Amino acid sequence: MTYTYYPGCTLKTKAQDLDYYGRESLKALGITLEEPDEWQCCGAVYPIARDEIATKLSAVRALAAARDNASPLITLCSACHHVLTRVNDDMRRDENVRTKANNYLKLDVPYEGETEVIHYLQLLRDKIGFENIAKAVKNPLKGRKIGAYYGCLLLRPSKVMRFDDPENPHIIEDFIKALGATPVIYGMRNECCGGYVTLKDEAQAAENTNRIIRNAASKGAEELITACPLCMYNLRKHSDGTIKISYITELLYDALGLREELGDAPEACETADGSAAGCACGRTEKAE
Amino acid sequence: MHQTEKETAELIKQISGSDVKKCMKCGKCSATCPAYGEMKFHPHQFVTMVAHGKVDELLRDETVTRCLSCFACVERCPRGVEPENVVAAIRVLAEREQGGSNFVPDEVPALIAADKEIPQQALVSAFRRYRK
Repeated sequence: MTYTYYPGCTLKTKAQDLDYYGRESLKALGITLEEPDEWQCCGAVYPIARDEIATKLSAVRALAAARDNASPLITLCSACHHVLTRVNDDMRRDENVRTKANNYLKLDVPYEGETEVIHYLQLLRDKIGFENIAKAVKNPLKGRKIGAYYGCLLLRPSKVMRFDDPENPHIIEDFIKALGATPVIYGMRNECCGGYVTLKDEAQAAENTNRIIRNAASKGAEELITACPLCMYNLRKHSDGTIKISYITELLYDALGLREELGDAPEACETADGSAAGCACGRTEKAE
Repeated sequence: MHQTEKETAELIKQISGSDVKKCMKCGKCSATCPAYGEMKFHPHQFVTMVAHGKVDELLRDETVTRCLSCFACVERCPRGVEPENVVAAIRVLAEREQGGSNFVPDEVPALIAADKEIPQQALVSAFRRYRK
């Protein structure tokens, strides 16, 4: 089975491991991800003001490309998932946005929100099934106490995102259980890490992030997992190192026994154009 | 053409899509706001001030950049007022004015020189949220 996949800017750069572990794990589960040609960055944050149109166009292009491939659009980064889902909702329900975006883009077939945007975790749960993933696990993560960190972007606003119960989500806990580990529930798993404010005021992000980490640790979590590169950055930057922080896909990769087979994710690109040897960004062949 | 404060408030209502009159002043939005301590005005105040047409002060307030766009206030408002959409509309109108940007490309080299781990997502988000 092949799906159209939107990696987004950061999975090609700082979060190449999130992408690599995600693709290899799905490959082992019989699924291939294919990127649309010449996709563009989604913009990372959803333009909230209703008269913002141009800032939604790159998301519409990706959504239309998936439609033309007759595939749902698979996302992995929480921010991409948020932006693509909300712009898709606008294209379905907001005539002003739909008309102006289509007038500008002049696609062969106007886009009206036909694509289904599916997050990686939903793909695992709904298209493969956590029970089948549990059967494919070669290294059950027994004894590991893992806290799911949802953050904001996957869950809210729930009336558009429809990802999970926004106040008591369980998809990541179910995923953790499928891999044989023990999920640790803590109250702040759906509170904000501070996000991009770290560029304006690092102390504000540190305060938010520390509150989350302390809460998780107080409930017995020894590790946290996330799907968001910006959450990852904030969590790693502000943790004191006593709690391990990983991407959801790395956990899956380990449980499926792929590290023994394929090793660690290749080193991240050293150069901006992705020409370094061993690059996982897909622009050049991986050095064997 | 000069826009009066009242007209600006109307524009904010329009582009936020928020029905500010529905607010019942329970304060849940501000109670749940993770940026409460960083902002001069809080979500419930944005809503009330826009409802009363008092927006000039909000448009001049630089701490509006501390809103994290986490949608906690939107999710938890029992009346569906969506306070963050009001905050976002104000921020965007301020940024659309000449000199209204709160983030300039010249800041980037120093930021990434100081911390090589900053993800592209953070920079893109800052460009989208802090400037027009």
